[in-house]
Amino acid sequence: MKANWKLIGSLFATFLRMGPLTFGGGYALIPVIEKEIVEKRKWLQSEEVADIVAVSGSVPGAVAVNSATLIGYRIAGFGGALSALLGIFLPTFVLMIGLSLVYVQMKDNPKIEAAFLSIRATVVAMIVFAAIKIGKTAVVDFATGALAAVAVCLLLFGGSFVHPVWVIVFGALAGIAVVKIRALLGRKTKLEEKEPVYDYMI
Amino acid sequence: MLIDLFLTFFMVGLVSFGGGYAMIPLIQEEVLNRHQWMDAVQLADIVAVAGMSPGPIATNIAVAVGYHQAGPIGAVVASTAMILPSLALILAAGKLIMRYRDNQLVKSSFFGLRPTVAGMIVYAAIVFAQNSGITMDFGWQTWSQIAIFAGSLFALVYLHKHPFSVVLLSGLVGIAVYG
Repeated sequence: MKANWKLIGSLFATFLRMGPLTFGGGYALIPVIEKEIVEKRKWLQSEEVADIVAVSGSVPGAVAVNSATLIGYRIAGFGGALSALLGIFLPTFVLMIGLSLVYVQMKDNPKIEAAFLSIRATVVAMIVFAAIKIGKTAVVDFATGALAAVAVCLLLFGGSFVHPVWVIVFGALAGIAVVKIRALLGRKTKLEEKEPVYDYMI
Repeated sequence: MLIDLFLTFFMVGLVSFGGGYAMIPLIQEEVLNRHQWMDAVQLADIVAVAGMSPGPIATNIAVAVGYHQAGPIGAVVASTAMILPSLALILAAGKLIMRYRDNQLVKSSFFGLRPTVAGMIVYAAIVFAQNSGITMDFGWQTWSQIAIFAGSLFALVYLHKHPFSVVLLSGLVGIAVYG
């Protein structure tokens, strides 16, 4: 494919404008992508975008970044993927550096210290909220509930012997094993047709 | 240092299923225990800032940790390393991914991955609760922190407030209560 620089440029500009909207993560961005890519620019069909988002959820990495990369790739090949990725990532990158700078400057200010004392408790609430959201779609029967409990115990009591990476590998293998064993016992496991949408927080 | 940053966040990027909060146990293990780049309170503050900024939480954490360790270059190295695995996967197997998504094996591994990820997030919450002082002793500060936690959770779950406004409000409450 011959690089189409004009298309690649407007891909970059489009995703650059969307970047600051990815508040708290990926899925909040999807309606915005639909509007820009499907309705306004007519680069892709609505079903294609839905497919891309579903795939992005099953590839490691952030959904917003993966979706942007895949959409860019679909529209303008390798160059399109890179320009969309840079476009979506650049604004949040700059902002995060700015916030880190501000934090370093102000963290010893007693008012900021007091604010973060409270914010730290709120962060725990945000994490619990994320767990509730994913838990709702993930823990659907006894086996998945047990898997979640085993993951917590492995991490809590595994100490330095259990690296979190192994917990993830274990989860994937356990999923395959559970489905296989159930099939041997003649029971069917209901597998999700589509990746569940967790809104923001991802 | 830069190589360590790259390797750490490349690994995080490689197994980053289920969103940023699920990656916290892994980031903790690497950043706090293995490399001792910062203490638990600093990481908790980074997660707070990452959670209220636009952009994916895990990538935001990578930018902030990289910046903390090695300035702007560190931020670029950490976030590039984080994005690289998914970029490579998407570009190398763009069409294959579309096909294998419906593969039975892939689907059943996600059947197990999802609850595991939920468990990892629960663990992250437990560790953060310990680090933020909620479980340290039962003075008035602990009780006030529990109250702030409960209020924040209520605002997120039942009032459907955006994380940004919850963090902002919590900061103001903190200034009023502890300032």
